[in-house]
Amino acid sequence: MGEGVDCVKEVRTVGADIVVVLAGAVDLHHTPQVHKALVGACEERPRQLVVNLTEVSYMDSSGIGTLVEVFRRVNAYKGGLALCGLNERVRSVFEITKLDKFFKIFATESEAMAE
Amino acid sequence: MSESSNEVVISIRDVVKVFPDQAGNPVRVLDGITFDVRAGETLVIMGGSGCGKSTLLNCLIGELRPEEGQILYRTRAMTQPRDLLAMDEAELNQVRLRFGILFQSGALFNSMTVAENVALPLKEHSYVDPSIIDIVVTMKLQQVHMLPHRDKMPSQLSGGQKKRAGLARATALDPEILFYDEPSAGLDPVTSAAIDDLIMDLSKKIQVTSVVVTHEMDSAFRIADRMVMLDKGRVLMVDMRDAFERIRRTPPDQLAGDEERLIHQFLNGNTKGPLTDSETFQLYERQIIAGTR
Repeated sequence: MGEGVDCVKEVRTVGADIVVVLAGAVDLHHTPQVHKALVGACEERPRQLVVNLTEVSYMDSSGIGTLVEVFRRVNAYKGGLALCGLNERVRSVFEITKLDKFFKIFATESEAMAE
Repeated sequence: MSESSNEVVISIRDVVKVFPDQAGNPVRVLDGITFDVRAGETLVIMGGSGCGKSTLLNCLIGELRPEEGQILYRTRAMTQPRDLLAMDEAELNQVRLRFGILFQSGALFNSMTVAENVALPLKEHSYVDPSIIDIVVTMKLQQVHMLPHRDKMPSQLSGGQKKRAGLARATALDPEILFYDEPSAGLDPVTSAAIDDLIMDLSKKIQVTSVVVTHEMDSAFRIADRMVMLDKGRVLMVDMRDAFERIRRTPPDQLAGDEERLIHQFLNGNTKGPLTDSETFQLYERQIIAGTR
């Protein structure tokens, strides 16, 4: 996915939860649009905000930073944030930043929704 | 040890760099350098003082322009390899965003705090929200164990802390390739080993390709997947670390030829061997027999 291509593939409401599906490379170029979409979802104050990363091939530190910023917002209204579908490369970025210890990470979207 | 692939990210071909000597005569400081850097590997470039390794590093990062040869880059954003020497300044700057450089001194801006230094590349090259930049800075400082020092000025840091802060800044934009210029120079053994651990950590966990210029042998053997030995502007040997380890451990009289004996001498830091013998003898012969200097 190149510059200017939409990284936010889908935003859908499932009951009290919102699922945001991201795709491609979540990097410096795409972080602002991802942040905007996630902040928009937060404003709806979902019980659980699920970020589906199954189709994300690459995520840099700014992408991770965006998720942390959104995590803070969700925590502020005592909601939940769950991530799912991380490939090995994306998971390793979480591990090197030791953020895998803070986030709820699930293999699939249905597992994340069940949380 | 990282999991390197056979995919080539930098291909250096027949690179020649010429500088004038004191009398103005051209000297080939790099004399036909050829080797590849593979994706995800840690490649250590070593050699004695004046062998051309710093000049080579400066050519690789586009600070110096070789007179001959090619330096072909293939970053993630490229569909075809591109010759660094054929790029205009705008394209060169785009490629530079894909790599990070840790300079010997750390090269921090003295008027900024540690955190401001790390944030600078993100502020300069992205439209990311300031709150996210602050989070990324925290992550980068955590990686190099510098969080307690985020609000300090560079003048308040030790040499090792400056290096670690420099490394945090070098990784701020998540580079594909990291260049290290003598990362262990001037550090005590414990701090040096800590920097080595960081280099290996970045390489192993996020598959950063690392090119390390050093003459610190303990460090070189700790971090290298492959090694390049330079001598007088030429490549003496490019091979896996184990091949160099074999030469390092084999007694000189069991090695094949002067080149291997020279490498053995360098790796072991011996004062006697072809490296010093031939040079001093040639100088002696020139001065005492030929009467020239």
